[in-house]
Amino acid sequence: MLVESKRSKQKPVQVSKWIAENKSSKKSILLLEKSIPYFLFFIAMISILTTVGIVLVLVTETYEFFTRVSFLEFFTGKVLRPLSQNPEFGILPLINGTIISSVIALLVAGPIGIMTAVYLSEYASDRVRRVLKPMLELLAGIPTIVYGFFAFTFVTPLLREFIPGLGATNILSPGIVMGIMIIPMIASLSEDAMSAVPNAMREGALALGATKLEVTFRVIIPAALSGIIASFVLGASRAIGETMIVTIASGSSKNFTFDLTQSMQTMTAYIVEVSGGDAPTGSTIYYSLYAVAMTLFCFTLLMNIIARYVSRRFREEY
Amino acid sequence: MHSVISVKALNKKIVTSSEKSQQESLIENPIVFETDDLNLWYSDTQALKNIQLPIYEKNVTAIIGPSGCGKSTYLKTLNRMVELVPGVQTSGTIKYRGKNILDKSFKVEELRTQVGMVFQKPNPFPKSIYDNIAYGPKIHGIRNKKILDEIVEQSLRGAYIWDEVKDRLKQNAYGLSGGQQQRLCIARCLAIEPDVILMDEPTSALDPKSTLKVEELIQELKKEYSIVIVTHNMQQAARISDYTAFMLNGELVEFTDTNTLFSMPKDKRTEDYITGRFG
Ligand SMILES: Nc1ncnc2c1ncn2[C@@H]1O[C@H](COP(=O)(O)OP(=O)(O)O)[C@@H](O)[C@H]1O
Ligand SMILES: [Mg+2]
Repeated sequence: MLVESKRSKQKPVQVSKWIAENKSSKKSILLLEKSIPYFLFFIAMISILTTVGIVLVLVTETYEFFTRVSFLEFFTGKVLRPLSQNPEFGILPLINGTIISSVIALLVAGPIGIMTAVYLSEYASDRVRRVLKPMLELLAGIPTIVYGFFAFTFVTPLLREFIPGLGATNILSPGIVMGIMIIPMIASLSEDAMSAVPNAMREGALALGATKLEVTFRVIIPAALSGIIASFVLGASRAIGETMIVTIASGSSKNFTFDLTQSMQTMTAYIVEVSGGDAPTGSTIYYSLYAVAMTLFCFTLLMNIIARYVSRRFREEY
Repeated sequence: MHSVISVKALNKKIVTSSEKSQQESLIENPIVFETDDLNLWYSDTQALKNIQLPIYEKNVTAIIGPSGCGKSTYLKTLNRMVELVPGVQTSGTIKYRGKNILDKSFKVEELRTQVGMVFQKPNPFPKSIYDNIAYGPKIHGIRNKKILDEIVEQSLRGAYIWDEVKDRLKQNAYGLSGGQQQRLCIARCLAIEPDVILMDEPTSALDPKSTLKVEELIQELKKEYSIVIVTHNMQQAARISDYTAFMLNGELVEFTDTNTLFSMPKDKRTEDYITGRFG
């Protein structure tokens, strides 16, 4: 009571006066406010210009490459012998290696990722989810070189116990490990998509006598399909661009084969190998780096476009 | 036995039929749900207290009462959807056709196949109109396309929405208006031919015109189904129901046929509520 009576005696703050006093400083703030969009635009341009620059370099150097090696030879050639006396530059072995390793990765990560997401979103209690999901995302932060090492020193020897013909370097082991690498990504993004499906959908289905499994597979997964497919495509894109694991565990044989026990090279691993060696600037092999990089860029670009299209095309409204 | 009272009649408390004949009708109708001494707790707070209530076959039973009094909770115990809330505990019995559904051995999926539910906010699946209706029959094992087609048409006709959607069965259900979506949800419910339909304020999200349509639909449906409807709208309860239960703070204050409840409430609290003195 005492405190309150004291307070009421105080003169009330004169807000309008206070605002008037601050008007002058307000002016400079306004000026800053006006210049901010230009400043931010400039910052945003840095990344855009860098991207444009990279693409420009890729395009010009790739163009130079195709003045030496024909388009047809490059894209239909099954032989890649850049260092030979009479070199051949067919990219098919690299595309083959890239696709095979990515498909193996997706075959591993797809089912496991989805089932993990189903568990987290539909079955796990809040407490379990709060612990597991950050752990899962932590897994995504492991440097890929660690996965590569893991593939080479652990998974390959383990697989050789079961597959006697498996080479010390092969495409199977890095494919599987790449799959393990992208599980968190697929699981996490799919879980987001499933959790975003409103509870009213679950209740609607349960009220019809559906079991939890029927709700999950016939309502939740279809409703979250766009997000799930997008997570697959992003996972594939990640696998296609993955470098260290295949470089370490798949070796550098430029085989054009479908035999998973063999060593194969991916586009990324080729770029590592060639730029790690001493390819003299201006040589055909030097330019082949750019042609392969350009092809790789087109692959991942295509994946991202597909991901966008899919998430728009299959977007469910609820 | 059933009669509709207008708002005016409600205010004037006109007695439309003798108490005696109503007592008889209460006895005549077979009972679908028999709730006995039902208590329910959400963790520590008790939401239902000693509920004793029969639900009669092929009648509309309305549950009214102020917000938070436990209407939805009671409705959701009838198909055990209330179990989805963690930490719910119940005591007492609810007998559905003679069997205690609160018994853990009672298969909840079977119960929900018999006891359908329509929610406050229309919740069609993000699928086509056709697939929304076919979902229920499909999970219960009906695969034959021709039979499914028939069920879809029949259910949509049953919910008086067939003419509005017959040319767009393959389109997403979310293209429909709110009122149409709610009737679609009713049709979805009809597709598995339940015995009872529970409705939790099914018209509260709808405009007056759609509300009227749903109310007319309920009048039709009660020829074949037993309906329990929660409503915060007393006029609606008076218009469409045969029996009315008035709840307050988790307790059932009064349950009787709708005419009597609105014309001669026995309990002072019921009278206060229906005359608008609180709530
Ligand atoms: N999921 C829940 N968890 C805890 N308490 C709840 C939950 N749902 C409802 N309640 C409580 O139970 C009481 C009855 O709620 P409800 O049945 O929804 O009332 P009504 O439908 O009559 O408005 C309220 O006090 C409400 O706060
Ligand atoms: Mg409610």
